[in-house]
Amino acid sequence: MNFKHKYVFLLPGLIVLIGILIFPIIFTVRLSLSGWNSFNPGLDFIGLKNYIRLFTDDPRFWQSFFRLSFLAITTVFLQYIIGFALAHMVWKDIKFKRFFRVLFLIPMMTTPVIMTVIWRTFFHESLGPLNDFLSIFGVQPPWLSSPGLAKVSIIVVEVWQWTSFMFLLMLAGLLSLPKEPFLAAAVDGASPFKKFIYVTFPLMAPISIGAIIIRLIEASKIMDTVFVLTSGGPGTSTETSSFFIFIKGLREFQMGYAATASFTYLIIMIISLTIIVKVLTKVLMRE
Amino acid sequence: MKLKTLISALASVLLIGSQVAHADKWGDQFPHIAATGDIPGMCSYESMSQKDYSGRTLTINTHAIPVMGEPTALHAEQFEKLTGAKVEVTHTPAGDLYSKAMVPFQAGQAPYDIVFGFSNFINDWKRYLAPVPQEYVDQMDGVSASHKAIASWDGVMYQYPVDGDRHYLKYRKDVIDNPEMQAKYKADTGKELKVPTTWKEYGEMASYFNGWDWDGDGELEYGSAEVMKKDDLMYAAFYSRSVAYAKNESTPGGFFFDLETMEPLINNPGFVEALTDWVDAVNYVPPGGINFGLGDEINSFGGGQTLFSFSWDDAFVAAMQPDSPIANQVGAAQLPGADKVWNRNNGMWDAKYNQAPFFVWGWAVGVAGKSENKDVAFDYLCFFANGANHQADIGIGRFGVNPFMEEDFKADVWTQIGWDADIAQSYVDTLADMEKSTNRVFPLRVPGTFEFNSALATGTAKALAGQLSPQEALDEVYAEWVSILDRVGADNVRDAYAVGVKMEDNEL
Repeated sequence: MNFKHKYVFLLPGLIVLIGILIFPIIFTVRLSLSGWNSFNPGLDFIGLKNYIRLFTDDPRFWQSFFRLSFLAITTVFLQYIIGFALAHMVWKDIKFKRFFRVLFLIPMMTTPVIMTVIWRTFFHESLGPLNDFLSIFGVQPPWLSSPGLAKVSIIVVEVWQWTSFMFLLMLAGLLSLPKEPFLAAAVDGASPFKKFIYVTFPLMAPISIGAIIIRLIEASKIMDTVFVLTSGGPGTSTETSSFFIFIKGLREFQMGYAATASFTYLIIMIISLTIIVKVLTKVLMRE
Repeated sequence: MKLKTLISALASVLLIGSQVAHADKWGDQFPHIAATGDIPGMCSYESMSQKDYSGRTLTINTHAIPVMGEPTALHAEQFEKLTGAKVEVTHTPAGDLYSKAMVPFQAGQAPYDIVFGFSNFINDWKRYLAPVPQEYVDQMDGVSASHKAIASWDGVMYQYPVDGDRHYLKYRKDVIDNPEMQAKYKADTGKELKVPTTWKEYGEMASYFNGWDWDGDGELEYGSAEVMKKDDLMYAAFYSRSVAYAKNESTPGGFFFDLETMEPLINNPGFVEALTDWVDAVNYVPPGGINFGLGDEINSFGGGQTLFSFSWDDAFVAAMQPDSPIANQVGAAQLPGADKVWNRNNGMWDAKYNQAPFFVWGWAVGVAGKSENKDVAFDYLCFFANGANHQADIGIGRFGVNPFMEEDFKADVWTQIGWDADIAQSYVDTLADMEKSTNRVFPLRVPGTFEFNSALATGTAKALAGQLSPQEALDEVYAEWVSILDRVGADNVRDAYAVGVKMEDNEL
């Protein structure tokens, strides 16, 4: 075979890679160095002005980033705990195992935006069923009007929607575990709790790390839930990085500045996730 | 002479007869205009039926259903039947209308022949829109002069008039005018229950009527329904509350900025006072009212949940529809004023009663300059706003089509659709008085309008949520406005703002 033919076969993949990954990133970097806005469209060159503004004069971006970190870590942690527990439950021989397996997957199969609209109706403070029920006990929490409860509402929706994904990965992991360590533990008379702590959990560590990282990447892009449920409010109390970038780019039409925020956010996420993977690997796989 | 009179009378009868015949014919075919039938004109049903746009496809980006989205789709369907054109309507949330048009505009494309938005987009959009052809402008006899002016820039009309909006006060007439309620209010507060003329009175009454079943329907009612949701036109609600304290007729030269220096005025004591009132309002809106967008406000007041509301006509018209639980139980009045107004020249409050109408103008629509279907597009818009459609549309609250024709300011138009005569009169008087006022405020129509309004929405939303004090919030908005001016260019903003200031200062 002619050596050059190899490159010809690589070309389609390369073109796709350049088209959908390399070009957008390069264009975003170029856009971030421009002042493109509604009045002045076009790729003029303003140097690092946007970056200087972002790092020295925009606390809103950083607040939204820390808020996102809180939401992402909290939701993924809860999803992991609940997802693992549910997977563990249906891994055992229980009645209606198949039914439960399908049931737990339903939230993930629904469309996030539509489900968030339903959740918004559910949380509606004067017309929603939740407060209607709670009013029996004399309470009507301001689910979407209080900065604290609005965050709780977002966490509830995210956990409800994406725990299924964690459940799926953890169940797949549990089903692929070797039987021998469990038999050995049984022979040694280990209690179910000890079996979980010393056998199941360590064996599941690599899968746990993968599942947590996949969910963290997804959770760090929380947008549709915030957009539909709270629009970042009340005030800016639920505004996340992606929502902030959306507002700057597509509402205020500060395209150049939005590109700066996007690129900075991408770099921060790459660094953060790399550190998180290393920490998780060290903690969960220390054995 | 007698013969001449006879012929003239006969001709008139024949003419009227022919119109009635058209009215019957089109009214039967299109139930939407059953009440009036077709009304003759350049873009009437009869005229449109003469056109043949078979094989042509018109694309429209409009608002979500129902507000403006529903009439757009309805008239598109009618237009298809009449002309043979295919009309594709895309519905978009209010917050995305601007960018959905601007992205392709700036890329030199025209995926939509017709784009709906708000009238304050005009400065950013005008370079991408086709001017309205003179023949269409010439037939807009009934459109009020102020609406023609607002749809134009430098004498060229870019936005086709389909809607005219103002903010005014809406109140529950059955409560405010009720002698029993008046006596109860007097006994409990020592004050008179009347249509509030200041925001302080508005707040006092709204607080009093908050959280109890004052209309005996078994449900709790509340003080006020307002647009408080960030990024959902809340900036307009804030301006409505600000004009009383910050628009001083004796200090011309700008409401948003000092036109001479381009110094933002947004954090002066007038605006801060208005925001302080608004923060108090959080206590007398329905549960979740801090997240009310325009649709929620319409449904809340229109559904009888609150005593007051102020914003566009839609909530009022919705409340007056026959299927409304409070039909003919509501009243319209000017926006409340204040007992003091900030004087930026001497840096002191002027202790005088001040009231200023806020003209929001509302929905606007244009035809893309790069559209290949401009003829069809302008015919569609002309058809949308024809006499029969307009009269039917303005009577349906959820449509969001509000008065902008001279004819609309006559009480008869409204009594014909079932409004009580006194309510119809108070409504048209309110609108007409706003037109006559010499202390009006018009919306900001400058380059970067969206940035200014978005910054304001963010700041005021923080204050409403308790994240910042009113002064801190508006100081933050001020700083943001200064940096927007820096980016867009103060002179560019001044040039555009000067047009609005001239109108406010009664020089145009």
